[in-house]
Amino acid sequence: MSNQVHPKDKEILPGLQIEKVDDRIMTLNVGPQHPGSGHMRIILKIDGDYIVHTDPDPGYVHRGEEKMAEYRNYITNIPHLERPVIHDSCNILYPYCLGVEELLGLEVPERAKYLRVIAAELNRCVYIEYWLAIYGIFLGHSTMFMWPMGDRELCIDLLDKMTGARVTHAYFVPGGVRNDIPPNFEDVCLRQINYFEKRLKEYADIFYDNPILISRTKDTGILSREDAIKLGTTGSVLRASGVDFDIRKKEPYDVYEELDFQTNVLKEGDSYARSKIPWLDMFESCRIIRDALKKMPKSGSVRVKLKPKPKGGDTEVYRRVESGRGSLGMHIVSRGLPQPYRLKISVPSFRNLIAMPHLLTGEKLGNMPAVYWSLNYWPVEADR
Amino acid sequence: MSVIAPKFRLGYLVKGITDNIFWIIVLLTLIGIPVVQIVLIYIDFPVIDGEIWNPFRVFDAMTHPERALPLVKNFMQTDLFKVVAFPGFGFAALIAATVIFVERKMLAKLQLRIGPFYCGKVEGILQLMADGLKLISKEIIIPAKADKPLFWAVPVLFAATAGAFVALIPVAPGWVVADIDLGLLAVFAVIGFFPIITVLAGWASNSKFPFIGGIRALYQMVSFEIPLILSLLGIVMLTGTLNLSEIVESQVNFPWIIFMPIGAIVFFICILAELERIPFDLPEAESEIVAGWLTELSGMMYGLVQLGSYLKLYAFAALFVVLFLGGWNGPWVYPIEPIAEVITDGIVIMPDALVIKDIPGLPLLPQEMINGTIWFILKTAAVIFFILLPRGVFPRVRIDLLLKIGWYKLIVLAFVNIFIALALVYSGIIGPGGIL
Repeated sequence: MSNQVHPKDKEILPGLQIEKVDDRIMTLNVGPQHPGSGHMRIILKIDGDYIVHTDPDPGYVHRGEEKMAEYRNYITNIPHLERPVIHDSCNILYPYCLGVEELLGLEVPERAKYLRVIAAELNRCVYIEYWLAIYGIFLGHSTMFMWPMGDRELCIDLLDKMTGARVTHAYFVPGGVRNDIPPNFEDVCLRQINYFEKRLKEYADIFYDNPILISRTKDTGILSREDAIKLGTTGSVLRASGVDFDIRKKEPYDVYEELDFQTNVLKEGDSYARSKIPWLDMFESCRIIRDALKKMPKSGSVRVKLKPKPKGGDTEVYRRVESGRGSLGMHIVSRGLPQPYRLKISVPSFRNLIAMPHLLTGEKLGNMPAVYWSLNYWPVEADR
Repeated sequence: MSVIAPKFRLGYLVKGITDNIFWIIVLLTLIGIPVVQIVLIYIDFPVIDGEIWNPFRVFDAMTHPERALPLVKNFMQTDLFKVVAFPGFGFAALIAATVIFVERKMLAKLQLRIGPFYCGKVEGILQLMADGLKLISKEIIIPAKADKPLFWAVPVLFAATAGAFVALIPVAPGWVVADIDLGLLAVFAVIGFFPIITVLAGWASNSKFPFIGGIRALYQMVSFEIPLILSLLGIVMLTGTLNLSEIVESQVNFPWIIFMPIGAIVFFICILAELERIPFDLPEAESEIVAGWLTELSGMMYGLVQLGSYLKLYAFAALFVVLFLGGWNGPWVYPIEPIAEVITDGIVIMPDALVIKDIPGLPLLPQEMINGTIWFILKTAAVIFFILLPRGVFPRVRIDLLLKIGWYKLIVLAFVNIFIALALVYSGIIGPGGIL
């Protein structure tokens, strides 16, 4: 008789079941209107100060990017595909352009490849600064909110000079980049990147070496190496758990194999390591930009001339790049039409979100923002 | 109803203005003056300098402002003036408003931005008034299942308790609203009210986030009240009194912070926790529990709580000054006025012209009081600066780390401070009948 399920415990509908009423457990809806959620909801069940159950509920900003891509041709897809992550728009267009180039058999000019790397790394800095600002304010550190927001302007300014737009650049097109850089850009870029790197070093004094920050984030939300691989996390979350995986090194695209940089790996796997990896990545981005400016051909074409409404063959391509959050892939299915038959975006944010219930359950409520945002998660991208 | 504006003519404007002036004069003379006379007849006038005042003398004083000085001076010594204006609410509210402005601008400079800029033309000095107007004009929304009387009582109680705290602070010799012998004990009693109010706010709003915030505030304030009280015991042992004015008078030669730096540090950290300021702003932790126990407060209810919390900030900073930094004691910065002298030499043209007359009622304020107030404000401003500074530097701590700081570290340090005070008393260096 003990095996018999009580009718009250039975599942009525999938996902909906009658819960036992427990006065100790309080259900908290963190989001979608909450200063500590993103555009999403986290349903927390807390027992005193401990989280006993976490249920992330994304989907508030679903825009149907994948379906929209099926109704537009390969060129007109560009401006809307960058919408999921407008502050990392170069990196989300990168795999699309690589895939379409493979599909159409285009050969990108050498100068355009370097310009793409520079734009992508600048955009990575913009993204990480934005992410870091929100991490700062989530931990109640208002100066860490303002400083990255201010320093982000340096990179935005450079991208503005390069592309003509501050945030949504639409700079990458199949076959190269949209336009060449203005004259004198190299000097301005070097000067601003040097200053930017000097500012980055100051973050250690006010944020990363702060004893209160260390006491809050060290040994919280530990993701072991095995779990990080098993849960399929990527990017800074994976590298903070001790896995040396960076697509720029493992599957180099464009000119990344000719450039001099290294990947940052930390072994701790806690929130502190996860918050530190993107900051260290920005130094590497500065290094890449300097190296690329040095090795870039000084003149030449930046874009291949395309036919109107180019058509792909009857094939499929999958290309992925290392974005600000991790590996970002695009799977393009072509059926010989001017538009993709199917476009699937494999986003790093959703991969990292999968680790969230695993990390938050059992933590204290006060650790919720520190663990949540250290996952390098952008809700809009996860919903596509 | 036509809403077309009439055609403008200068003559109409002048006529409108003169009409207004005429009616104001008529109403003042026909109603105002009789009303003032009736009121003056029924008021009991004080006896100043051995002279009984009457309505006639009041009208006389209106025409000769210098004759009104004794009246003004008399008013400044009443309890009403003390409560409303100088050492009481008005003074504290003025300092609180300055603190809000300085905090915004200072934090902005720290964070590489400008801060309030447009409101009031000069560096946004009127931003606070704009915010106040906005809060007043907002609708007050009360949750449907809230306990309404308690919910309404919370902001009023909070501001009133903060005001009661301000009333206990001696600003200058003799200038304190409530000069009671057990002043320090009264301070502890008033501080003890704040956790009750926060829990009431969390309970009455019948909402989850305020509830968690209220419980957090209760934990935080109760666990930091104990080291706060213990850190002040050393001073009570050395001075042998609980009267705040006498504690200030005992620091004429040296402030107590020289002998009790540990107690001062413990007290300062406890101030930060009691004020719910960063790094101890857990009850209002935005990213976790929205705005903590303030979540459901709207409009001027929130404004009152903010006013109360800044009054509380001033009161705690002033308490630090009174207990550790010597209160109003300090060298003379205010030039001492010369005693009235009669010039006897020389040719006398106009007998009264060369004599500095002793106008009755001057000086309005004793010189010790002005000098003391200047020192008090300077020291309070310094302490407030150090209370504001962590907001730009530190993130928020977690609740368990906070309680650990309170119970394991601060209480131990407070006891160390008490032992230092005992050693000083029993070795006969300071304290009642000591060497210094």
